Amino acid sequence: MSDAKIELRNVHKRFGSKVVLDGINLTVPKGQSLVVIGGSGTGKSVMIKCVLGIIRPDRGEIFVDGKNVLKMDSGQREAVLRKFGMLFQGAALFDSLAVWENVAFGLIQGRRMKRKAAKDIAIEKLAKVGLGPEVGELYPAELSGGMQKRVGLARAIAADPEIIFFDEPTTGLDPITADVINELIVDRVKDLGATTLSITHDMSSVRKIADRVAMIYKGKIIWEGPRDRIDDSGNDYVDQFIHGRAEGPIGMDVLKP
Amino acid sequence: MNFLAIIGRVVLALLAEIGRLSLFIWQSVSHIFRPPFFWRLVAQQMMRIGYFSLPVVALTAFFTGGALALQIYYGGNEFNSESIVATIVALGITRELGPVLGGLMVAGRVSAAIAAELGTMRVTEQIDALTTLSTNPYKYLVVPRVVAAVLTLPLLVFVADIIGIMGGFVVGTTTLDFNAGVYIKNTVDFLKFDDVMSGLIKAGVFGFIIAIMGCFHGFHSKGGAQGVGRATTNAVVSASILILAANYVMTSLLFAN
Repeated sequence: MSDAKIELRNVHKRFGSKVVLDGINLTVPKGQSLVVIGGSGTGKSVMIKCVLGIIRPDRGEIFVDGKNVLKMDSGQREAVLRKFGMLFQGAALFDSLAVWENVAFGLIQGRRMKRKAAKDIAIEKLAKVGLGPEVGELYPAELSGGMQKRVGLARAIAADPEIIFFDEPTTGLDPITADVINELIVDRVKDLGATTLSITHDMSSVRKIADRVAMIYKGKIIWEGPRDRIDDSGNDYVDQFIHGRAEGPIGMDVLKP
Repeated sequence: MNFLAIIGRVVLALLAEIGRLSLFIWQSVSHIFRPPFFWRLVAQQMMRIGYFSLPVVALTAFFTGGALALQIYYGGNEFNSESIVATIVALGITRELGPVLGGLMVAGRVSAAIAAELGTMRVTEQIDALTTLSTNPYKYLVVPRVVAAVLTLPLLVFVADIIGIMGGFVVGTTTLDFNAGVYIKNTVDFLKFDDVMSGLIKAGVFGFIIAIMGCFHGFHSKGGAQGVGRATTNAVVSASILILAANYVMTSLLFAN
């Protein structure tokens, strides 16, 4: 309990009549990397957004450093949010701002840092994801998908967060670029000693970045264990997922011809 | 029975939407008066909403003033039309047509642009990204647009008043062969400070409607390109209707005695 950085207890969320989270229980130990796997539409993104406070769950408790974030006022919440960094699925870069301003955004707007000092940090963080200072002057639309992800990663680590969330960090990238991003994630997280929570359905990403793996299915965590155990989890759902079989206990709502 | 169910569903949906809008307005307005303030963004939005709307509003006002002068002349040429045309153009433009037509033109231009921009930011998770970078999206996106619109719309309408009256003057002195000096004298003699002021107050309210409807529909857009398109349409339609309705209410209040 004491070494839990993030803890979700019995978190429920429904949109209209559709139950998305059906009693999630999940603990991310301090300094560890937990990867949540699961198919599309199983509530992975909603779960992360609940922790960030972007979506408010209907029921349940969410603890960050032992404090219930759902019972905080907006000032306390903002203080907690400063511990977070997040890499979004589509990178979610602000396309009206230059790359360096994107990276420095949290420092300038959120922390009221001077633009000059923030730019220096932004250039330094860009270097850490393998991008030169000249990239800082470009705009997000001028970058390839892999470079946008790198900039998104630089932005996520810019304020030296204690906790980083990765939302499908390799989706939409070719296998080589995906591997580069995975390695960058592992290295940068090690630098910071950060706790991370990732969601993905890319198994090579899981094998690279995870300490522990949890599987979400129909709004519940159905299996959790260390990375080395996923191949002999003894769980049919996990087996079907990691081998990518159409046949198995996870029925896809597909009309057979 | 089925018919009643349909009515019930429509009423419920309408009430839910009004509730969402009220909450949105409350959130936005409360953030106007709480630091931090983004002055740079306000200035930037004033340029985009105010300055770049000048050509559209000026042309609208010019042709409206001219058409108004013709209509009054054709409709009432048995009387001493020279003084009546000048007076009615001045009153009509400053009290009603300047603010209403100016407001509608800006609604088409600015509400749509705001809804499209914020809608795209919503569906690409840029608004969520703001939250994770310790920046409140209401403060960063909504407040600058609302403040800029409320401040610049009266200025725009003031320009529209001048150009609209000028439109009447040009048509009056060329097509209708009025004496220029008499036209100006009639305008100045009959136009009171209250006439102009009432139009400018209306303009401020219209500015609020334009920005809020653009932001509201943009913020709540979902479902990719189609969703953004729908948000844009809804923003323009609802802003235009609300402007016309608010205009009626304000006319009945401002000119009650």
